[in-house]
Amino acid sequence: MLMALALVLTGCGKENLSTLIPQGPVAEKQFFLMVLTSSIMTGVFLIVIIILTYVLIRYRQRPGQTGIPKQVEGSHKLEILWTVIPFLLLIVMAVPTVAIAFDLAKEYSNKDALQVKVTAHQFWWEFEYPDLGIVTAQDLYIPAGKKVEFTVTSADVIHAFWIPALGGKIDTNPGLTNKIWLQADKPGTYFGKCAELCGASHALMDFKVEALEPAAFDAWAKKMKAAEAAPAPTATAAAAQGQEIFRKSCMGCHAIGNEGGKLAPNLTNFAERHKVAGIRDNKKEFVAEWLTDPQQVKPGNTMPNLHLSPDQVNALVEYLSTLKVNQ
Amino acid sequence: MSDHTHAAPKRSGLWDWLTTVDHKKIGILYLLAGGIFFLFGGVEALLIRLQLLYPEQQVVGADTFNQLITMHGTTMIFLAVMPVIFGFMNAIVPLQIGARDVAFPFVNALGFWLFFFGGLLLNTSWLLGGAPNMGWTAYATLASNPKFTGLGADFYVLGLQIAGLGTLLGGINFLVTIINMRAPGMTFMRMPLFTWTSFVTSALILFAFPALTVGLVFLMFDRLFGANFFNPDAGGNVLIWEHIFWIFGHPEVYILILPAFGIISEIVSTFSKKRLFGYSSMVFATILIGFLGFMVWVHHMFTSGLGPIANTLFGIATMLIAVPTGIKIFNWLFTMWGGHIRFTTANLFAVGFIPTFTIGGMTGVMLANPAADYQYHDTYFVVAHFHYVIVGGLVFGLMGGLYYWWPKIFGKFLNETIGKWNFWTFFIGFHLTFFPQHFLGLMGMPRRVFTYLKGQDLELGNFISSIGVLGMAIGTILLFINIFVAAKSAKRAPADPWDGRTLEWAIPSPAPEYNFAQTPLVRGLDALWTEKMAGNKGMTPAEPLGSIHMPSPSFIPFVMSVGLFIAGYGFMYASTWGTYIVGIIGLVITLFCMLLRSLYDDHGYHIEPDEIEEKGVKA
Repeated sequence: MLMALALVLTGCGKENLSTLIPQGPVAEKQFFLMVLTSSIMTGVFLIVIIILTYVLIRYRQRPGQTGIPKQVEGSHKLEILWTVIPFLLLIVMAVPTVAIAFDLAKEYSNKDALQVKVTAHQFWWEFEYPDLGIVTAQDLYIPAGKKVEFTVTSADVIHAFWIPALGGKIDTNPGLTNKIWLQADKPGTYFGKCAELCGASHALMDFKVEALEPAAFDAWAKKMKAAEAAPAPTATAAAAQGQEIFRKSCMGCHAIGNEGGKLAPNLTNFAERHKVAGIRDNKKEFVAEWLTDPQQVKPGNTMPNLHLSPDQVNALVEYLSTLKVNQ
Repeated sequence: MSDHTHAAPKRSGLWDWLTTVDHKKIGILYLLAGGIFFLFGGVEALLIRLQLLYPEQQVVGADTFNQLITMHGTTMIFLAVMPVIFGFMNAIVPLQIGARDVAFPFVNALGFWLFFFGGLLLNTSWLLGGAPNMGWTAYATLASNPKFTGLGADFYVLGLQIAGLGTLLGGINFLVTIINMRAPGMTFMRMPLFTWTSFVTSALILFAFPALTVGLVFLMFDRLFGANFFNPDAGGNVLIWEHIFWIFGHPEVYILILPAFGIISEIVSTFSKKRLFGYSSMVFATILIGFLGFMVWVHHMFTSGLGPIANTLFGIATMLIAVPTGIKIFNWLFTMWGGHIRFTTANLFAVGFIPTFTIGGMTGVMLANPAADYQYHDTYFVVAHFHYVIVGGLVFGLMGGLYYWWPKIFGKFLNETIGKWNFWTFFIGFHLTFFPQHFLGLMGMPRRVFTYLKGQDLELGNFISSIGVLGMAIGTILLFINIFVAAKSAKRAPADPWDGRTLEWAIPSPAPEYNFAQTPLVRGLDALWTEKMAGNKGMTPAEPLGSIHMPSPSFIPFVMSVGLFIAGYGFMYASTWGTYIVGIIGLVITLFCMLLRSLYDDHGYHIEPDEIEEKGVKA
């Protein structure tokens, strides 16, 4: 039955999103617990259904039936039976429950795991690699096949950091830090989500996890570091104009490289991000839409409408599309 | 003025309802108010599912959606199902224990009006700039800092404080009533299961609601008076709110479900024509569930970072609750075993309850597992779980209770044919709505999202779920049609329409205002059934016919609650209006009423034996 249920459960949903198609050791352990508990529980359910069906058919009142059924007070044997058996089933579930809970709560130092500091904001994610000296946002780069230790917190309200395919979530509490480790077994792009109601655009607070081969990750980290120190020069005239606007209007909140504010996502590798604002495909038209009216795309976010002219928007889009580090 | 007036005060129409202290009328008021709020919450649910019918829709905006989910949860729990439970407790518990009224009739009325005005205050937020939008759990800092949430959260904080006071008063009242007012021979171990579960629920209210009140006061101070209980920038801690809220919130789950267990026990036993199988273990299981209910609140906080020791301890404590709950399920099954099962509408709901609630219990055990809960937490899996428990468990129980006790409460029958349609549409609609949500959650859909993006394989589940809601809506509409039909019908219900077993069926339907002309003598479990088996026509009286003391109606509970209602607005708008004067006026009204109540002794009135005879003939 365990096998049958595992078969039913697997293959539900999208490969890089579903908890039922685990892509790393943490999600695998959690999936094991899901299958174990749901099979035991399904067994209990079947027993209840079988007895219920039998009783309803066998003991329904027949037309014309009179008399009074025997008034049974109870049965010690039966009552002990359905007290003791659930206890035994609970013990079967409790042992792996405790073992895995402690296993997943282990903390790994920078010798065994890549350290990443996650700060949640309304409604975006900031990722800092303290040992690598990198800050980025929205797209989380990790090496595949390696443990990653996340230290999470929040800048405003409670959010929850969740990459379903890699493992369960942890709350990001303002003023407190939590730790969780995850690992992607294979390179790939995984969905990340905010799981705690955090305001109007809670539903749109998505992020992406880009798991790279370890060598590719190291190369990315190097380029990222270099780009942060000295962003690439702009090539076209439009992009140069965009950069000018960016310096005047955007840099108070957004940083490119080490220059700029920290109130909003760092844009050093913006052109390589999967999505604009975490939700729309990173195409010029959507970037333009976002710059023209951020509230319409993502209600309640903190980016003001700068009332840019279409020309200014186009120039900014040109500039932003040059922000690449990994080519 | 003499202390004992002998003429019953004559009151009629609206004035009668505003001043009544009769537990049966207060019960009807609770059912009515709860029913109206249930419709509000239902319409909110329909809008939620309409918004989620297709991906990336814009039926309602993001913020309106958050208002809808917050008000749906808050309304359904505090303003719909709790009052309906209190409605049944009021209408039935005194009758089941052979009492003439509750211990504190005045407090009983006060409890109702506080709940009503608290709920009204909360719902006026829709018209006054937006409802609360931070979820019914109101986590800090989203809810505690006015920077993140508008005035709506103030409505939540003040509305629930007022309504919560009413609930607490109700709980205390029923504890005292059940301890002190049982008829001779009605020992604790002869009390019907519904009375038992009401008793344990009242005890849970007594211990759980003060935690909520404290939490709400903290939240109010943070929001209105600049305190920093939950503000991390000033040394506050956001987790304190979660602890306080769930120390209330988890027992609240049992406050809700235990009376449903009681109702199901009564219905299953009556319509199987058998005494409840394992009565003592049912009582024991109820108490154990109530006790364990206080030991498990952290399972709502597994992902908040309390560490593996706390998580596994609370996880295993949570799993333990499955044992007494399982005892109940099997006892119900074996109550039916060997019986003569009649499929009335009430019993259909009870029979539908058993597998549905079992599924809710199964997912409950799964959720109790901390490491796996990291995946389930705050997803649609949880949404599916608690709707299986609260709708598939509690609401099925309440609807069954309506069909079962309607004749006793109103003296008329709900139509059985419409009732069966009501059951089947609601039952099928329910499973269509919530079963797919288990899978949506496991497939990566967080709860409380106003939309989901295309291309995440979440479309089908959401579509089925939104269609299923129609079944529940039709079922609910049928129920209201049925109530309307019953009100119009001329058919009167006899005293004992179902061949009942407990005391409430020993007196006319509806019960006369003094309930029992003579206090009955209880000679066994299932008091009325015991007499029937002994060949008696009714209960043996425990006292000679005599004059019956009744409490006087009073308008004070209503005015006292209006005072707090006004004070609520006064404090919320104090900063806008630049004055606390309105708030103070409201409090003065309430305090003056308290003074009036304390200084003016009202000893009630008496109904004389000749009047009883007269009324007895009429009924």
